[in-house]
Amino acid sequence: MSGLQRFLDTFFNAEVAARAWPDILRGLGITVGVGVAVTIAGLGLGLALAILRATQRGWLSGLIVVFVDVMRALPPLVVIIIFFFAFPLIGISMSAFTSTWLALSLVLAAYVEECLWGGILSLPRGQSEAARSTGLSWWQCMTAVILPQAFRVALPSLTNRVIAVGKNVALGSVVALSDVLNNAQSATSNAGNPTPLTMAAAAYLVIFIPVMMGARRLENRMQWRA
Amino acid sequence: MPPPPILELVSLRKSYGALDVLRGIDLRVFPGELVCVVGPSGSGKSSMLRCCNRLEQSTGGQVMIDGVDITRPDVDINAVRQQIGMVFQQFNLYPHLTVLGNVTLALRKVQGKGSVEADTLGLAALERVGLADKARAYPAQLSGGQQQRVAIARAVVLQPKLMLFDEPTSALDPETVGEVLKVMKQLRDAGMTMLVVTHEMGFARAAADRVIFMDAGAIVEQGPPAEVFGAPKHERTRAFLARFTGEG
Ligand SMILES: Nc1ncnc2c1ncn2[C@@H]1O[C@H](COP(=O)(O)OP(=O)(O)OP(=O)(O)O)[C@@H](O)[C@H]1O
Ligand SMILES: [Mg+2]
Repeated sequence: MSGLQRFLDTFFNAEVAARAWPDILRGLGITVGVGVAVTIAGLGLGLALAILRATQRGWLSGLIVVFVDVMRALPPLVVIIIFFFAFPLIGISMSAFTSTWLALSLVLAAYVEECLWGGILSLPRGQSEAARSTGLSWWQCMTAVILPQAFRVALPSLTNRVIAVGKNVALGSVVALSDVLNNAQSATSNAGNPTPLTMAAAAYLVIFIPVMMGARRLENRMQWRA
Repeated sequence: MPPPPILELVSLRKSYGALDVLRGIDLRVFPGELVCVVGPSGSGKSSMLRCCNRLEQSTGGQVMIDGVDITRPDVDINAVRQQIGMVFQQFNLYPHLTVLGNVTLALRKVQGKGSVEADTLGLAALERVGLADKARAYPAQLSGGQQQRVAIARAVVLQPKLMLFDEPTSALDPETVGEVLKVMKQLRDAGMTMLVVTHEMGFARAAADRVIFMDAGAIVEQGPPAEVFGAPKHERTRAFLARFTGEG
């Protein structure tokens, strides 16, 4: 058997693939499901936190900063473990799906808040002054003038964070979440052949490359500075 | 009896902590008047202007707009601000909106006008500053002078009773100063009431009905431009103007 043959047999074994693909597909569904749910919740919560912080109430900003720093300092794995294993001790049990989703959403929210807040701070004060001088309320100024610009500034780092946290869905395996990587690992051990891992890698490419392409298109579209 | 003033400042005070920036300003601006404010850096010109639409909170005295004291906490400040246009040194156009989007934002958001009506009004305002053909451009595609004219249109479109200008030409290349001053003169000729902080002494001399000289948070001297520039009564005014013409 030639080297190439051995390589293909090890990593692209059709027989193993045929047996593994239902598990891989199911795992893919879980990974995408958790990933999308985390992205939506994380973006939403992070946005809400950034807006709250912009109200410039000292104690509120303080709380938000503490939350953001804690969530960025803790390894996401630890947060998942806390929700799954520690919360039942105080009477709150959740599924592997829920604890992974909740933990990663909070982590993503912390990063999103930080990115958007940075974007807000980067805008000249004159932007809100001009808007307020024409009679826009604080909220109208926020939604029509500040946030669209802050979002554009933050977009590249937001994309990075969404992708990074999305890949962390695989950490859910620690609480037996049947995500694509977890399923691929099981299938790999069962078959004694890493082809399922190759399939998982392909699945990640299929998921994330469109996300990156979409983000790049969005960035280009928002390039209003001539 | 003269018409009541559109803007009246009554012993207006402003301090930042221990720093008194405005030490009791009394000023009336009447309908159709163009009043220029000159004075050295740090004399409180911007602070005074920004108290007139409460971008800055005064710490004493009154700001009367059309007879209403807008420093009172129960005043609907967003409604008041639509009657007071403001033009900034740095233009402060919204970079993510087109020129027309900049001009129509408050019409749509605050006055709830539909986009067709807002666009019609916006284009008319752009026409007044000679930039209707740039309606679809973005601010970054315009020269400084054009951007400032858009900023003027953004204020004018709300049909304010009073326009505040804070050094509208100070950030401009010399060759585009003229086009902005020309638009301001046209506004004035159309009857707009204007309070203009400026270092353009030529403009103040030619276009102002009245010139105010401020120093150290107080109005030192005021009068028709010919008087203030031609025969200043106060030593400080003379010193300021001498330095200015010396520089120019
Ligand atoms: N936010 C602030 N906090 C503290 N001091 C301030 C603040 N804004 C302005 N000042 C001070 O108030 C004084 C008056 O400032 P102001 O901007 O009104 O002057 P100005 O006449 O407009 O000057 P310029 O010609 O440089 O624009 C200055 O001494 C300035 O340092
Ligand atoms: Mg100033």
